[in-house]
Amino acid sequence: MTPSSTSTPHGPRAASTDQHDEFDANQAPGTGPYEAGYAESASGRVYTVTGGDWEDILGAGEQDDQRIVVNMGPQHPSTHGVLRLVLEIEGETVIETRLVIGYLHTGIEKSCEYRNWTQAVTFLTRADYLSPLYNETAYCLSVEKLLGITDQIPERATVIRVMVMELQRIASHLVWLATGGMELGATTAMIFGFREREKVLDLLELITGLRMNHAYVRPGGLAQDLPDGTERAIREFLVDMPKRIKEYHKLLTGQPIWKARMVDVNVLDAAGCIALGVTGPVLRAAGLPWDLRKTMPYCGYETYEFDVPTALEADSFARYLVRLEEMTESLKIVEQCLDRLRPGPVMVADKKIAWPAQLSVGADGMGNSLDHIRKIMGTSMEALIHHFKLVTEGFRVPPGQVYTQIESPRGELGYHVVSDGGTRPFRVHVRDPSFVNLQAVPALTEGGQVADVIVGVASVDPVLGGVDR
Amino acid sequence: MSGDAQTPNGAGNHNGANGAHGDDGANGDDDRGVGELVAAEAASRRPDRQRDAFGAGGTGDTSGFGRLVAPLPVLADSERPFGDAAADAVYDTLERVFPQLGDAVERVVFDRGELTLHVRREDLLALSRTLRDDPGLRYELLSSLSGVDYPDDLTGRRLHSVVHLTSMTHRRRLRVEVSVGDDDPTMPSLTSVWPTADWHEREAYDLFGIVYTGHPGLTRIMMPDDWVGHPQRKDYPLGGIPVEYKGATVPPPDERRSYS
Repeated sequence: MTPSSTSTPHGPRAASTDQHDEFDANQAPGTGPYEAGYAESASGRVYTVTGGDWEDILGAGEQDDQRIVVNMGPQHPSTHGVLRLVLEIEGETVIETRLVIGYLHTGIEKSCEYRNWTQAVTFLTRADYLSPLYNETAYCLSVEKLLGITDQIPERATVIRVMVMELQRIASHLVWLATGGMELGATTAMIFGFREREKVLDLLELITGLRMNHAYVRPGGLAQDLPDGTERAIREFLVDMPKRIKEYHKLLTGQPIWKARMVDVNVLDAAGCIALGVTGPVLRAAGLPWDLRKTMPYCGYETYEFDVPTALEADSFARYLVRLEEMTESLKIVEQCLDRLRPGPVMVADKKIAWPAQLSVGADGMGNSLDHIRKIMGTSMEALIHHFKLVTEGFRVPPGQVYTQIESPRGELGYHVVSDGGTRPFRVHVRDPSFVNLQAVPALTEGGQVADVIVGVASVDPVLGGVDR
Repeated sequence: MSGDAQTPNGAGNHNGANGAHGDDGANGDDDRGVGELVAAEAASRRPDRQRDAFGAGGTGDTSGFGRLVAPLPVLADSERPFGDAAADAVYDTLERVFPQLGDAVERVVFDRGELTLHVRREDLLALSRTLRDDPGLRYELLSSLSGVDYPDDLTGRRLHSVVHLTSMTHRRRLRVEVSVGDDDPTMPSLTSVWPTADWHEREAYDLFGIVYTGHPGLTRIMMPDDWVGHPQRKDYPLGGIPVEYKGATVPPPDERRSYS
């Protein structure tokens, strides 16, 4: 490589001698016209580089370490979100990894404090946008615990919550497979992952009305019941999906390149995981079967039959295998949910809490059903008052604080919710698993190759919407 | 509008028999004296207080400017036994293995099945090590650390740092809460006990201004490095502009009517 000939060889010596007293470029060894100028500072010699080979720039006799700083991002090399990595590398070896987050900080927690308890769902569903139903459910479980109505939630609502959450776990893991595969150059994995995820999103759209950011789970129950034809659509998916998972195994599990990139790469053992707060598939791939659905059950998970897949290798490949197995287990749970569905209400009976809407699809989209409008406008003034007060004011929640946690696709998703007795949350804090798990990336990547940094970040499966909130 | 709220000298009726809920507009939340807070709290607990079906009391005026005052987020100290086997076991073990517990813990609250220890900041590190290491406790995992700002806190220490610990061995949870005032918002960092506290504490510093001494690199994490202020504090405005829609103007969220 030759130094750029387009730039004027003004040299740092000409530019700097009269500007900075301590910047004495004339001391630079060598006589080449492109010799880098440098200044002595307290932290060592600082070079001003204008182009050229490293050997020329550093000059003769300088056996400095070849440590350079590489900035990666904030546009992430893949689609996880806006994550910035600052890598210090020597050759191909990563010496230090630093993560910079906050590019997607939208103040969701603060905004929740200015809306009523029900409206907060629409904010929180946008935190971790690959598992919105988990955000909604965890938040609603917190509010219900604060209200003391946990045992009044209708059975059907809880079963549907579990069912949509498990469907979403599959979708989330599929995005992980797709983006993780794309980061390794396995574009077929990307095509496969997004292809099946689309089917899950179709199901969720059928159930909730939206592909993402559903705002479907509400304090007290659900926004609406399942529409006709849901069970048939899900059963078709249950028949189809196991074949697809076999296809992933055929395509990837034994594939030499896939294994070469992932086996024995980014190892973090269980003790390291716990010290760094890492939960979810990363912890289970290190051998600890810690799954909140089993260890601290909620939503009746203790009554479902499923296994917690684990692995012992604690590397990226083990995390891949654990996630694929979890998809199979989620399918089992969805099937059990379908068998359990009994007719019944999907919202708590307490009219002081239950959102009064009776939604139906009309000519101009979805809205309150005409029957409901007729009732509140024509026959029941009490119902009208309830509707008006609940929608404008919301309901009051007794003072106190709770912390509820559920097992999201990425690990422990916790909600610390504080009420001061008013109609708005006093404080909502999201303990997002991606936020905590990202802290492990330096431990996963330092001492490894630059290329493995990509694998490491992918194997953690961070979603920056949840990290930054 | 109630007449009391219009009294120019709102401070005059703080201690009056009916003055507990007066003056909700003139002085603003930040200027309330402690005396008024105690009175407001006592009134909100009064069992015979008239409340309608939606919890609103007082004049029935729903303009938002009547005597509607939010009940303060204050809970009383819980009596032993807590009535929960796990919580009692944890507290018994703590009393046995941490002799200075009486001094370290200012308040114990057992509410909705969750045990909360309000800990003095001087004893936080010692207590944390015991909580992590003792075989009967074994809180190996720090699940969450979050700040909460209580501007009306009765102790005058408005900034709370709330830690949620998980014992994977015993499958229990525990909440440890430390409060500091905004004039001296320092408390020891937990990174030496649970390394995962690193980013949590940076977030609480960034958004609440709680300074964790001993933290390896306490810098902003969500906001830009040159940001001024701590956005999640209650006196930090949400921001926003009014939006016009079909001729009407919708005010920004923090200026809309609050029923709390």
